[in-house]
Amino acid sequence: MPAKGWIEVNEKYCKGCELCIPACPQDVLAIDQQTITSKGYHPVNLTGPGCTGCAICAVVCPDAALTVYREAKVKKTQSVASPA
Amino acid sequence: MVSETNNATLVYERPESLTEMPTFYCPGCTHGTAHRLVAEVLDEMGIRETTIGVAPVGCSVFAYNYFNHDYVEAAHGRAPAMATGIKRVLPKKMVYTYQGDGDLASIGMGEIMHAAARGENITVIYLNNAIYGMTGGQMSPTTLPNMKTTSTPLGRDVEVAGYPIRMAEIISNLDAVSYVVRRSLHNPANIRKTKKAVKTAFQTQASGMGFSMVEILSSCPTNWKLSPSKSLEFIEEQMIPVYPIADFKVNPEIKNIKG
Amino acid sequence: MVKKLLKGNEAFAEAAIRAGCEGFFGYPITPSTEFLEHMAKRMPELGRGFVQAESEVAAINMVYGAACTGKRAMTASSSPGISLMMEGISYIAGTEVPAVIVNVMRGGPGLGNIAPSQGDYNQMVKGGGHGDYFPIVLAPASVQEAIDYITLAFDLADKYRSLVFVIVDGNLGQMMEPAELPPMRDLDFITPEWAVDGETEGRERRFLSSIYIDPKDEEVTNIRLLRRKLEIEKNEILYHTEEIDDAEIVIVAFGTAGRVASTAVRQARQEGIKVGLFRPITLSPFPYKEIEKLADQAKSMLVAEMNTGMMLDDVSLSVKGKIPIEFYGRMGGITPFPDEILDEIRRINNSPPTDTDFNAREAWLDRLELIIEGEN
Repeated sequence: MPAKGWIEVNEKYCKGCELCIPACPQDVLAIDQQTITSKGYHPVNLTGPGCTGCAICAVVCPDAALTVYREAKVKKTQSVASPA
Repeated sequence: MVSETNNATLVYERPESLTEMPTFYCPGCTHGTAHRLVAEVLDEMGIRETTIGVAPVGCSVFAYNYFNHDYVEAAHGRAPAMATGIKRVLPKKMVYTYQGDGDLASIGMGEIMHAAARGENITVIYLNNAIYGMTGGQMSPTTLPNMKTTSTPLGRDVEVAGYPIRMAEIISNLDAVSYVVRRSLHNPANIRKTKKAVKTAFQTQASGMGFSMVEILSSCPTNWKLSPSKSLEFIEEQMIPVYPIADFKVNPEIKNIKG
Repeated sequence: MVKKLLKGNEAFAEAAIRAGCEGFFGYPITPSTEFLEHMAKRMPELGRGFVQAESEVAAINMVYGAACTGKRAMTASSSPGISLMMEGISYIAGTEVPAVIVNVMRGGPGLGNIAPSQGDYNQMVKGGGHGDYFPIVLAPASVQEAIDYITLAFDLADKYRSLVFVIVDGNLGQMMEPAELPPMRDLDFITPEWAVDGETEGRERRFLSSIYIDPKDEEVTNIRLLRRKLEIEKNEILYHTEEIDDAEIVIVAFGTAGRVASTAVRQARQEGIKVGLFRPITLSPFPYKEIEKLADQAKSMLVAEMNTGMMLDDVSLSVKGKIPIEFYGRMGGITPFPDEILDEIRRINNSPPTDTDFNAREAWLDRLELIIEGEN
């Protein structure tokens, strides 16, 4: 099963340049025509499920406007980390 | 940099080495990408608090507003000289310049060549977008043949305006330089390679190996009169044939750096 | 310490080292080159920064960078080299970082020659670079004074975050005379709170720049620089006088010209002529008030310079038309002999001028033509 992920778009930085849209392998990004940022841009947003948290959008983002998360595989990572 | 919050793993966040100020760059301008990569490298190397940047004149004249560490602002083209002055009195600090093609390859040609020839232990981040961005799209020394700019309205005529200057190639011929490569920001794979090169450049300096420079092919959607996406295609299809992505000089010792 | 026979430029460079200069960046140019050569030997052996730059443009921008770190930084050059540095000089002034620049002046304009001159007075005193700024300018007249004022220059630069020029000419740079160097001072300076020193841990990042995009911010900066200039005027004026108390003729001359005039004054005094010397040491701030006071006491003034009368204009501003001012200048890299000044003193003494509204330069040019004819 592919990993589940999501992004947060910081509207302070996003200029709606659209570079992340064709870069997204899952094709789940689009410009949000309903929103206008304080600088007057339509920001990008996640259009639906399918994001894997691969962070390619963040790699191409010129404005460091994206924060990327992935659903944690909770138990395993925690138990490995602590006793050592 | 994977960390955990509740059931979510943070995969990527804005680097600490950037300030909270949004950039003045046009939408889709890859200056921002280059800033981000430098900031990520400073974060990863843990050197934000001991680094001094030198900003140029050009679109990145306000770089010092965007980077969250000590910065000075140079006169047009003189960043490598200013960086030299800083490094010579503070040799333990990391010192880098961030310059565009007008700044570095035109008005600052003397300063960059001699900083490199001295093997000055600084890092140069050189953004090549083949145009003067801030003044509104005039020909730069790296403008492509036949490329239209506001000062070459019929296209750069090589008979009267000469040919593009390949700085990475030229500088790599100097004995004292340790690391000179060209990278590009036109797609995710190349952005990752650019970041790796930026890191190697800073590591070269940290190891005291002398002059390092990463020439980065960058876009200028506004003055190229192309969309941000089309601008990336322009880099790939038009710029890379003139400015090949390659390692032009890599000191063999660099392989021994642990990163 | 005992005085030793010291060569000008070398002694100046050593004085700068002993004052705590940690970065020297220069480009060879006659007649200042020995300064750079001394630094080339001494700075690396002390573990301090030295670069022979590719040009004066690069050299001054290296000084700019080093100065931004809060370390004492300097360069030394000569007239055409100083012209090239004007870009960086304006940036240093606009960024308000301290820097010391020694100008061993030579004949000009253009390539000119390598002989001693004072032709850079306006460029040094009035600015030279673009924009509103006010450098401090010190004009020593002996190797010892130059040593002392280079030390003072660093202190003033730090105190006012200002550019300080020390201007001498090829005579002083090349001259050997007995002088005493100060002891080596410790590099225990406290890093100023504005310095970009790359020690960001536990503090906000710092940046230094000469950009003020909003005109309101630039005006605030211009006002700050002007207020600083006024404060410097209040505190830092320096000058030297000889035989001034009962002088009816006052010679005003700086640097080498002042030294030549000093000899002439001594000779004239032996002839019973009531003549004295006022030698400004700070050309900026200029001792306007002090010269005005002399105008209340003396009957006439003679300004002697190695240029076309650049300081003459400032003396005229001081005197405010109260007494006649005569001028005697040599140019092109020619240093006047004491006899030339003595002849002027005798002339003025024999037929004292009374007209305060005559063109001193024109009258001088007429006399000078005869003098040059006599020399040829």
